[in-house]
Amino acid sequence: MKNAVALGLILGLSIVLLYLYQDGYFDKVEDDYASVALPETVDYNFHIKPILSDNCYTCHGPDANKRKAGLRLDIEKNALSELPESPGHFAIVAGSPGKSEAYRAIISDDPAEQMPPPESNLSLTNYEKRLLRKWIEQGAAFEKHWAFIPPEKKKVPTDTSSYLKNEIDAFVGSKLKEKGLTFSPKASNDILLRRMALDVTGLPPAPELVDKLMSEAPDEMLQRAIDTLLASPAYGERMTQSWLDVARYADSHGYQDDSYRTMWPWRDWVIHAFNENLSYDEFLTWQIAGDLMPNATKEQILATGFNRNHPITQEGGVIQEEYRTNYVLDRTNTLGKGILGLTLECARCHDHKYDAISQKDYFGFYAFFNQVNEKGIQMDAVQAKNQKFFADPPYIGISAKDTVGVLSFVNMNGSNPVNVMVMNDSAPKTTFVLDRGEYDRPTDSVLPGTPSIILPFANDLAKNRLGLAQWLTDRKNPLTARVLVNRIWGTLFGRGLVETSEDFGVQGSLPTHPELLDWLAVDFMENGWDIKYLIKKIMLSATYQQRSELTPELEKADPENKWLARAGRFRMSGEMIRDYILATSGLLNREIGGPSVRPYQPEGLWEETNAGSERGVLTSYVPDSGDDLYRRSLYTFWKRTLPPPSMTIFDAPNRDFSEVRRQKTNTPLQALVLQNDVQILEAARVLAEKMLNDGGKDNLVPQLFERILVRSPRKEELLTLTAYYHDALNTYGSKPKDAEKLVAVGDYPHLKTDPVSTAALMLTAQVIYNLDETITKE
Amino acid sequence: MEEKDNKKENPLKVNRRHFFSQLSVGIGSLALGSLLIPDLFKNTGGQQASQPLGLPHFAPKAKRVIYLFQAGAPSQLETFDHKPILRKRMGEDLPESVRNGQRLTGMTANQEKFPLMPPAVNFKQYGQSGTWISDYFPHIAKIADDITVVRSMHTEAINHDPAITFFQTGSQISGRPSMGSWLSYGLGSENKNLPSFVVLTSRGKGNSQGLYSKLWSSGFLDSKHQGVLLRSGKDPVLYLNDPDGISRSTKRDLLNEVSELNRLHHVETGDDEIESRIAQYEMAYRMQMSVPDVMDISKEPESVVKLYGEDCQVPGTYAANALQARRLAENGVRFIQLYHQGWDQHGNLPDEMAGQAKDVDQASAALVMDLKQRGMLEDTLVIWGGEFGRSNYCQGKFDPANYGRDHHPRAFSIWMAGGGIKPGLNYGQTDEFGYNVVENPVHINDFHATLMYALGLDHEQLTYKYQGRRFRLTDVAGNVVKDLLA
Repeated sequence: MKNAVALGLILGLSIVLLYLYQDGYFDKVEDDYASVALPETVDYNFHIKPILSDNCYTCHGPDANKRKAGLRLDIEKNALSELPESPGHFAIVAGSPGKSEAYRAIISDDPAEQMPPPESNLSLTNYEKRLLRKWIEQGAAFEKHWAFIPPEKKKVPTDTSSYLKNEIDAFVGSKLKEKGLTFSPKASNDILLRRMALDVTGLPPAPELVDKLMSEAPDEMLQRAIDTLLASPAYGERMTQSWLDVARYADSHGYQDDSYRTMWPWRDWVIHAFNENLSYDEFLTWQIAGDLMPNATKEQILATGFNRNHPITQEGGVIQEEYRTNYVLDRTNTLGKGILGLTLECARCHDHKYDAISQKDYFGFYAFFNQVNEKGIQMDAVQAKNQKFFADPPYIGISAKDTVGVLSFVNMNGSNPVNVMVMNDSAPKTTFVLDRGEYDRPTDSVLPGTPSIILPFANDLAKNRLGLAQWLTDRKNPLTARVLVNRIWGTLFGRGLVETSEDFGVQGSLPTHPELLDWLAVDFMENGWDIKYLIKKIMLSATYQQRSELTPELEKADPENKWLARAGRFRMSGEMIRDYILATSGLLNREIGGPSVRPYQPEGLWEETNAGSERGVLTSYVPDSGDDLYRRSLYTFWKRTLPPPSMTIFDAPNRDFSEVRRQKTNTPLQALVLQNDVQILEAARVLAEKMLNDGGKDNLVPQLFERILVRSPRKEELLTLTAYYHDALNTYGSKPKDAEKLVAVGDYPHLKTDPVSTAALMLTAQVIYNLDETITKE
Repeated sequence: MEEKDNKKENPLKVNRRHFFSQLSVGIGSLALGSLLIPDLFKNTGGQQASQPLGLPHFAPKAKRVIYLFQAGAPSQLETFDHKPILRKRMGEDLPESVRNGQRLTGMTANQEKFPLMPPAVNFKQYGQSGTWISDYFPHIAKIADDITVVRSMHTEAINHDPAITFFQTGSQISGRPSMGSWLSYGLGSENKNLPSFVVLTSRGKGNSQGLYSKLWSSGFLDSKHQGVLLRSGKDPVLYLNDPDGISRSTKRDLLNEVSELNRLHHVETGDDEIESRIAQYEMAYRMQMSVPDVMDISKEPESVVKLYGEDCQVPGTYAANALQARRLAENGVRFIQLYHQGWDQHGNLPDEMAGQAKDVDQASAALVMDLKQRGMLEDTLVIWGGEFGRSNYCQGKFDPANYGRDHHPRAFSIWMAGGGIKPGLNYGQTDEFGYNVVENPVHINDFHATLMYALGLDHEQLTYKYQGRRFRLTDVAGNVVKDLLA
């Protein structure tokens, strides 16, 4: 009997297994996409090209040297032609998947035929295979890469229910509708004010500003807030902070000796340019080619320091041409990543594997930057130190007398005259395509130029950096405006409309809202490349002003917030966190510009890794004293080989090369910084002393809370925090010695307050400084 | 993008929820530990987006690596590559046929003569293996049969920065993840209270080159894979110590209050990032105990101090770091990177090398012996070496009593021990001048591929997609040197 049951079970199980097997169940176990519905019309750029690029282009793409079987799938003509190695056969036959050899190979089970080949470790999902089939059935239409087609203002969706404040909402709303989602309600005014202040100035809103605005008529309040914030000099500092990553700005040369340089007047110029709202086309033109402009001013020449912010070696015994080549490569790559949103560097050694950029195109860009009579720093750090030699020619000298005139924005702050490295094409050179990108393997000569697939380089443009700048800022350039608009969007929402803000190429992400991106890009150009205009436009949208809360439904439907059914909620940068804490404690020194400063840093860091105490002037770190400790973080001294750890722990790059997007990680080391960094403890102490000194006894906790978080505490929050404060009073009341030790932290002068009360209130502030909300833009 | 994908498909999410409900009923911090073990990320179907499936790829021999990096590049001709002909032909010019077009650094490129210089020290053969080792290294000589000397390493870089960057990241160009970060990414951590990749630095009296934090950077990988610099002194991890006047219980109260308020805010915002932050705070709290614990060598017995040498009791020395490395290895740290600066002997070589060797000889050997005694050598891979070799000719004026050697990329020596490496092997040969590799060359990419193989990883399969391209430690090259594997 038992046996019979067992046999029956086995038999039954076998049948089920057989059934499942026949049904292809086991094939699909790993395939989450098996049941995903295909779009009605398959779009080449949005559906097909990413699949081909990721899986096929390595061997069948733009790189001629790596191409196999003569087959090229990125160009329509080639993909539809007879296969060079299989006469009578075609890779793709429009309308006939069965006759399309590429498709047949992709769906093949035979390892000998299968594409991509098994050893590539690549494979297509079931969904992707079905997409390809449908695309071929629908006629296999090719299109130019989306980002190379100049943007146009498409018709704004007219579904009025989604047209809340401006055109942005119409585009976002219509996409939300398509996804079955709706906007979140508008955020409260206090949240919005904090959000806007952080976005525009990188600082919390000043309490006086909040009071003033809250008394305005609600309709005008936000508009007024935006205008006030954009007019604040802190706006320029905030914008500059991000540009320093793009421009790989640092106060040291990098490489192993990593000695001192004085590029900070260039940084002062960037702040000034943003605050003056220099249009983005001019902002770029001055930095790329200010020196070549007719009757160039010293200010315009200073702006070209942008191209000289790259690391420069001081290592004895380098082959200077090798490094000079590296500097020119760096300028080229920075132009690609920071301004064009292209990974140009992939084409340094070979034709780009994914984008239609050849190695020759790459060196065409390179040629623009290759005309500088630069020698590299031909002395080691010891010599440089003794001679106070901190700049490699060409450079301009800036002294106090310049700041009376055109360079009034440079904050000399009592500093000696400084040399700022700039561009000057005094050494015309023929540029060669370098085999494998190596300095000592020149091949064909190449003229300065740009890939015509992006935009042909007009005949009337000078073949120099000024011509390049004009090409970049031509209204028909499909990339420049899109890339900037996208980056600003990413700053405000936590992710760009194109998530890979550094890569608009074939392997980059596709825009989530292509029509919106294009509309904004065109609108931006039509309005004179006006960055403040753009920011204001976005901030006035209902999309921006939504709440950022994540409901369970939204978490399920759109955990990454691609479709913008809520505002972004994400951690601030390390710089912003520090500035926030300095500002709310009242410590922040609002001086603008000047030589970089040295705030607190754990002792011994520079000393432990330097190349010897004689080598250069940056071998030991001596913190500043007084007010210089409390400057905004963009003025913190940036030593490339050991950048300020309280910034890098929060994902700041080391500035060895251009970066446009920081990670937003969440790590235990960040928790340690927030708990134990002297700067934060001192801020908490100073704030506590100030509040106690102002005579407050009542409502200390809610005041403290409001001061830091710019909102009143909820009842529950107030209860637990007040209880905490009283516990701390008791703890320190019984250990007054500990209280004295605790409140001794930091250089800032003490107010005469009772150590026990100070310690308790200080720790309460420290609790608030450590809250997720405090370091998050909501 | 990768980061987001990771987050979206993060299987930890379920655990975070679970954790959250536990916390709200007041479970103590210790119970939270398992939530942070990166192993939870392993072998879970949802990781295709950024993490390769099915790791490790093969049965690993080694579980962890201790890399004793000799920064500045020790001369192969005074360590492990015995070239008596250099003594015989001292002062003669290096034949052009041997140099054969090698590009030179600016320090010697303009020299008219390239006079051959003899080894500054005698060599002897040791052990069953008959390994040639210079008299600078009497202790390493004792472990001759435990180590494998590779005398055929080569690189392309001729300057320190690109050369050391190449060794540590697989590329001469800055910005790629460090080896340790790749392994942390591929294999995760074995200890929930310590980082998986740590770095210790020390400095000898010889001519130094600087170190850079980019050498232990995670590049485009998630920064949790970044190397954490462990420092001697009172703050072994930056910001680890509580300020004066805060006791452990005061700190616990503060953290409880932070968590309480964070929890309330999580209810309002629904953002799981807050739960994650609470967990990171707990991890930080545990690190405040676990790091000083593992760094505290005061309970090491006298026999161990003897083995490593008295110096191991002086924080910040190479010997102290070597002992520390063993303790970290015992505690499950995946990649332990030591740097000892001072090996850049452009001049004054005989004197400086003797001093540098004295700094590291006993402790390097002690580490191998210590691991062996504890049965840990079989799954710990120890590596000893610098970023390139040194020229067989003299830099500057010919003076047999006091000379220097310039950088040399074409041939240099390193040694490895344990963790799946065949012991007692002498691998590779250079020509009689010690200038060119003539047998079994091992390029840096091959070295990386081999090391990864020992750890159970296929260097072609451990990839990470960034800026549209799949990157790997070995870039587009590298062959596993099977001969080196046990």
